[in-house]
Amino acid sequence: MSADGAALGARLRERDLSAAPAALNLLESTTAADREQSAGLLAEVSPAALGGEAPGHVIGVTGPPGAGKSTLLSALLAAWRAQNQTVAMLAVDPSSRRSGGSLLGDRARIDFDPADHGVLIRSTAAGERLGGLAWATRAAAHALAAAFDVVVIETVGVGQGETEIAGVADTVAVVVQPGSGDVLQFLKSGITEIPDVLVVTKADLGQIAMRTRRDLSAALRSLGSSSTPVLAVSSLSPQSGIEELAGALAEHRARLDIPARRLRARRDGALTDFAVEYGERGLRALGGRHAAETLLEAQAPELEVPALLSVLERALA
Amino acid sequence: MSGEPTPRLPEPDRPWMMRTYAGHSTAKASNELYRGNLAKGQTGLSVAFDLPTQTGYDPDDELARGEVGKVGVSISHRGDMAVLMDGIPLAEMNTSMTINATAAWLLALYIVAAEEQGVSEEQLQGTTQNDIVKEFLARGTYAFPPAPSMRLIADMIAYTVEHVPKWNPINICSYHLQEAGATPVQEIAFAMSDAIAVLDAVRERVAPERMEQVFGRISFFVNAGVRFIEEHAKLRAMSILWEELGRERYGVKDPRHLRFRYGVQVNSLGLTEAQPENNVQRIVLEALAVTLGRDARARAIQLPAWNEALGLPRPWDQQWSLRIQQVLAYETDILEYPDIFTGSVVMDGLVSEMLDGARSEMAVVAEHGGAVEAVPYMKSALVDSHRERIRRIESASQIVVGQNRFTESAESPLTADAEGGILVVDPSLEAEQVEAVRRWRAERDMAAVDAALAALAQVARGEQGEENLMITTIAAARAGATTGEWARTLREVFGSYRAPTGVGEAAAAPTDGALRELRSEVARLQESLGRRPKILVGKPGLDGHSNGAEQIAVRARDSGMDVVYEGIRMTPEQIAASALQEGVHVIGLSILSGSHRELIPAVMAALAEAGVTAPVVVGGIIPEQDVAMLKHAGVAAVYTPKDFDITRIMRDIVELVGAGAEGSQNGGEGLKDHDPASVPGPA
Repeated sequence: MSADGAALGARLRERDLSAAPAALNLLESTTAADREQSAGLLAEVSPAALGGEAPGHVIGVTGPPGAGKSTLLSALLAAWRAQNQTVAMLAVDPSSRRSGGSLLGDRARIDFDPADHGVLIRSTAAGERLGGLAWATRAAAHALAAAFDVVVIETVGVGQGETEIAGVADTVAVVVQPGSGDVLQFLKSGITEIPDVLVVTKADLGQIAMRTRRDLSAALRSLGSSSTPVLAVSSLSPQSGIEELAGALAEHRARLDIPARRLRARRDGALTDFAVEYGERGLRALGGRHAAETLLEAQAPELEVPALLSVLERALA
Repeated sequence: MSGEPTPRLPEPDRPWMMRTYAGHSTAKASNELYRGNLAKGQTGLSVAFDLPTQTGYDPDDELARGEVGKVGVSISHRGDMAVLMDGIPLAEMNTSMTINATAAWLLALYIVAAEEQGVSEEQLQGTTQNDIVKEFLARGTYAFPPAPSMRLIADMIAYTVEHVPKWNPINICSYHLQEAGATPVQEIAFAMSDAIAVLDAVRERVAPERMEQVFGRISFFVNAGVRFIEEHAKLRAMSILWEELGRERYGVKDPRHLRFRYGVQVNSLGLTEAQPENNVQRIVLEALAVTLGRDARARAIQLPAWNEALGLPRPWDQQWSLRIQQVLAYETDILEYPDIFTGSVVMDGLVSEMLDGARSEMAVVAEHGGAVEAVPYMKSALVDSHRERIRRIESASQIVVGQNRFTESAESPLTADAEGGILVVDPSLEAEQVEAVRRWRAERDMAAVDAALAALAQVARGEQGEENLMITTIAAARAGATTGEWARTLREVFGSYRAPTGVGEAAAAPTDGALRELRSEVARLQESLGRRPKILVGKPGLDGHSNGAEQIAVRARDSGMDVVYEGIRMTPEQIAASALQEGVHVIGLSILSGSHRELIPAVMAALAEAGVTAPVVVGGIIPEQDVAMLKHAGVAAVYTPKDFDITRIMRDIVELVGAGAEGSQNGGEGLKDHDPASVPGPA
């Protein structure tokens, strides 16, 4: 028997955080019955049902392994909780190719108080799907943004990963550690899209952290994007720069046209899902990628991803 | 045939220092135990502290629940230390303390206890383990982040070299690395790299002319497994490397200071729960590894008891191990000859192989930036080696008598008594200790304690320039501060820390038939659940022995499950919150400290409170007679060291999840209406 998706969705809409674990179990499930209930859940937290975009700030945090993302998130979590903001964190781990199983280790690095019901941490495996974020992660971020003030999606990677996370998050922060030249090269060569916020961790290393920060700022300027803030932080005691980072993230969001960004994200998401499900052949049947985009753009702006996907599927039939 | 006369020593060597790693319950009970052991011919003390004392918590701390007096004695303040050492002449005694994160504090208490006996600090002899790197790697009783931990160690060494000159302030421990699965080469290389990190840190805090003396005070604490020829070669290789390091890196010239000095506790990892009497011969052979060759003989030996894989040893069990040492030293002719391996082609060959291997492994650690920076690398290397060892035992390509070969056995009379042949610590003792520490706090001069702790915080923050932390630590001990207060003061300044788990980077297991079969089972289960089966592996309590939990986590992943592993030292409430938030299908808990009787029911209650209905399995050193009690608390299955086939355990767990899924389908809120009693599983 499936859980009642609509009821869970309604509880999230009412900002009942205790509905979140069960909602995530449902959204991650692939059985036909659960998928149907998931659609019902998402309808309850759609812009139409909410009377506007979900209030939560969806933040993507990405960077290479070892850059200090989890320690940083631990510090940010404390800062947000000090401001009385509720926080959901979705940590996406790469899966083992051979067995399909995965070790979701990031939770270990994030300090949380079990008595604090304003925090939810959920680890998910990227799964077998090519192209990064699991379907469920996008749906989860979307649903949780109805109930939590901040929703973080943490992914590992440098290069292509950000592109996908940008399709879900309102704000994308790329985290690098001092002395790592990769990000700089990727930025310069255009492999990596310019993030909304750049974070250099381990500022306690001093000189080398400051140099990395300077190099990144210079690279951004030469690419004509001097507005992207580059912050140096130290997440371990004595901490520094954490509040400034929380401020920079909030500021990015304040400047953002949220409805436009989310609308684009939903349409991109539906197209990605369609392509995964039906492949290039499916796209050709619709008259090509551009025709599909045009079809999506003609839809009402408050439709959520499953609804948009069925529009495409109906056009296919 | 005859040529040269057989070389003999003009006089037999003096035996090594004989110790028993001992301590439990209260200071008073342990004091009685020590006096008894000394009367039996033991020549030094080796103090075992309980986990709250080792990690810096008082008995009434939430994290201490179930752990007080379990794996060692609970020491909260100078009053406890005075009772522990009552009637033991500290001017003559040689005391080894297995203490790391809180080593500075326990040494301070010891110094104050000596003062009270009228013994000055320069007379004290003994050892504090104080090796934090291996705590991050293998043992888990760390308290502060790496950088301030290294400062604390460096301060302590700088202080003792000056004021407590006969004290060994640090014992570089390769012991726990082998317990965590290290190969001999890894054991040598990681221990030497660790020593380099410590010496480099001290070099910044003492005058250059002191370094010779500092080097001479560094001793080692090693392990010896049952492959005793190879193990002996390992120790010879270590002494060569150590001398080389002293000469080349630290410019040490005095041969006395260049000598490789080590104590040993022989292997516990290889001791079995099945046919535990076999452990006696294993222990004897392991003792040979560290005594047979004079050129690399141990300075101090402590042997485990035959029943360590079953639970806590009783005084009689420990006496048996002491008698092994005494027979070796006093009945055999082992101490009558010069080194018996000199000129042995086999021994020289083994030593040179190990030196080559260790040197290249040390270079890898150096490339990572030294031992402290290389902790994640070393940790995952150990998890890999351990996994390989388990695989060999599972496939019986490594034979363990009584466990994977020759398993037929008559009933053992050794475990036939009501307690199953182990020591059971009185559970009412924790409440008494809680009461006692509260009384202590109420009766002391609070203003003096506050002032001492404030001074400690100031020095920790570096407001007093380069002042040594040891001085304010001794002052706080004298003022009557408690273990928990000292550690909390430093945690507030230094921050807290979680060590890497090493499992994320662990390589995948080679696929064999059993694992492949299990994977298709998991894939089928995923279809019916709608999600990949997800398991939470949790270590409740203060026990830092995470090797077992790590192996379960890695194998669960290799079986195709999603695994949430958060590392050590989780409270029951944290485990319950994680299980709920993560939506896991099953929970695996691991406890080796003997605190399962308190902690497992506490976790079960927290899970119920959080509304989590996923089934729970438990693994660890769980005496047979506790199994029924755990099942009664709702645990679905209990695994002990005799369940060495991890793939088999995985199969049980997958079945358990499957049975739950059939019962309720995936309701989206974990498993419902699951009756653990109805699920087949081993005892």
